[in-house]
Amino acid sequence: MMKPLVLLVDDEVPFVETMTKRLRKRDLNVNTAFSGKEALEVLSKNQNTDVVILDVKMPGMDGIETLGEIKKSYPLSEVVMLTGHGTIESAIEGMKRGAFDYLLKPCEIDQLMLKVEEATQKKRTHEEKIREAKVKEAMSMHG
Amino acid sequence: MDQEKHTHNGYYYSLTRNMLLVIILVAVTPMIVVSSIILYQFDISYHEKVHAHLQEVILKHKNDIDSFLKQKLGDIRLLAKTFTYEELRNESFLQDRLELLQQIYGPVFVDLGVINDRGLQVTYAGPFKLGKALYSNANWFKRAMESQYFKSDVFLGLRGLPHFIIAVKENVNGDSWILRATIDFVAFNNLVENIRIGETGFAFILNRKGEFQTKPLFDLIPAKVPYNDCFKDCNVCKEGVCIMEKDDEAGNRFIYVSALLKHGEWLLVYQQKASDAFSDLRGTIRVTIAIVLLAGISIVVIAFILSRKMVSRVAEADREKEMITEQVVETGKLASVGELAAGIAHEINNPVAIMVEEAGWIEDLLEEEEFKEGENLGEFKRALGQIRSQGRRCKEITHKLLSFARKTDSRTQDVQLNELIEELVALSSQRAKYSNVEIHSNLQENLPTLHVSQTELQQVLLNLMNNALDAMEKTGGKLNVSSELEGEFIVVEVADDGPGIPEANIARIFDPFFTTKPVGKGTGLGLSICYGIVKKMGGDIEVRSTIDAGTIFRVKIPIPSDQQTAV
Repeated sequence: MMKPLVLLVDDEVPFVETMTKRLRKRDLNVNTAFSGKEALEVLSKNQNTDVVILDVKMPGMDGIETLGEIKKSYPLSEVVMLTGHGTIESAIEGMKRGAFDYLLKPCEIDQLMLKVEEATQKKRTHEEKIREAKVKEAMSMHG
Repeated sequence: MDQEKHTHNGYYYSLTRNMLLVIILVAVTPMIVVSSIILYQFDISYHEKVHAHLQEVILKHKNDIDSFLKQKLGDIRLLAKTFTYEELRNESFLQDRLELLQQIYGPVFVDLGVINDRGLQVTYAGPFKLGKALYSNANWFKRAMESQYFKSDVFLGLRGLPHFIIAVKENVNGDSWILRATIDFVAFNNLVENIRIGETGFAFILNRKGEFQTKPLFDLIPAKVPYNDCFKDCNVCKEGVCIMEKDDEAGNRFIYVSALLKHGEWLLVYQQKASDAFSDLRGTIRVTIAIVLLAGISIVVIAFILSRKMVSRVAEADREKEMITEQVVETGKLASVGELAAGIAHEINNPVAIMVEEAGWIEDLLEEEEFKEGENLGEFKRALGQIRSQGRRCKEITHKLLSFARKTDSRTQDVQLNELIEELVALSSQRAKYSNVEIHSNLQENLPTLHVSQTELQQVLLNLMNNALDAMEKTGGKLNVSSELEGEFIVVEVADDGPGIPEANIARIFDPFFTTKPVGKGTGLGLSICYGIVKKMGGDIEVRSTIDAGTIFRVKIPIPSDQQTAV
């Protein structure tokens, strides 16, 4: 399986830096962004991003808003929400808007890895189905 | 506290007093003013009425007496004119005339006499032996000789009995002679004696010297009668009758009604004690005063009761207000603590997350080949593990703080309390086994459905059960959970037989951050969260505890109003 491509979005720079190192060490390709806006820019350059790890509470464009934009422009990319306990309602709100899952912050790295893998799996399966559908369409056109 | 109570009582006391005074003042003042005015007017008009009545009576009698005197004088003058001196000198003729007069007028005329100009009584007809009596020195004789006729004052005269005389002078051949008649005192006296009103009202007649011309009904000293004033007054009074009121030496008030008689020589005086004359008025005043007094007393009593009642209402309202204020303050305290806690939790959460991640990163690096043989590898790993577990502890605290402050996770739903309790008992039974605690539940069946937030209620009960288990962790014991319907509430009791809560701590157990658990074991938020939740549901939470016997928490949860009728 291809290494999953992950985008990590949080306004806390040290958190993003350390987390990036840890995820890379676990064989992930990681891009980073420090705000919702930046995340969308990075995504436009890396359209094949598998999973976005998105903090809910950010200044400016917050997690829920960013989630909406991502789902609109890149419906195939899966989103895992990171939240403090106090914003658990917004995490649930995020789930309703199409996020894959949520995790409480601070989270265990193993748990995060698990979620990322599951999300990647789902995305890949999804893509596979689309490809198959396209093949079938092409076949029927030729046939 | 006692001091505060004291000043409170003082406040209510003065409030009662002021209210009492105001009510009495407002009610009594108009009553007294109105009744005084009415009484005063009544007094004046009653006086006028009594005076007018007395005036009328006295005027009538004055006229009667005057006409009596005039008539008697007229009779004698007629007699003197009709018959000659010669005829009247005849004693038997004079006797016939007297008898005729007595026949017509009754025994008013006592006797008749004919007197010559030297004062010698020439002829006499009557019961006394007065023939040849000499009157030349008598006052009446002198006066009669000076004028045409004369009416004397009452005097004793030769016969030693009170009487008065009417004398008429006639001329015959240049010599004067006088026809004299004696008027019976008793008959005259009757005219005045008949004037009797009330118990003390009577009349009498005085002459200018202040001597009685009639026999007064009561013993009376003429000097005490202000006849001089009466004489003076009567000259100016209308219709010749005047009224005055005067106090005597003993302080009794008398009414004097007086009228002049006999061309101002005599004075008819009517005297009555004022208290007697106005006895009806006195009675009315007494009754009025009694009524006013009675009304005043009832006003005072009612004002007393009313003000006491109102002040007790006010005191009650004040107490309620105080209690509500206390509750508001308590709630506000909890809310502000919650907000503060939420802010802190958020701020702390992020750095803690970074610290935990950094520690994780070091752990990751330690996996590398080069560190594998490091001497202190074990020590590093232990330290990192500690950082991670302490980070988790921080996380727990911040999460609890956040749930304490959270407002939104309270969607109400229908909850079957007994099911909830059974779930919780099952949940706790594992832990209870380790602590050697037996859990018993004693649940009343068919409890009405509650309409509350399930998670919140769960949190409350779980918290109480966990506290109970904590308390009995070392000793073991029994945990009783019971539910019961009590009026409009369902009461859940969580009772343990642990060591109990010391008296000093009971008051503080619901305060945020108050805990007796060792550092790191408790946040001190559990019970204050429970308190906040139960209060929000409209219920109440109470605690009873006895040292070495155990602690009972009672949670009262209100039944929704639509369920109450079904119970």
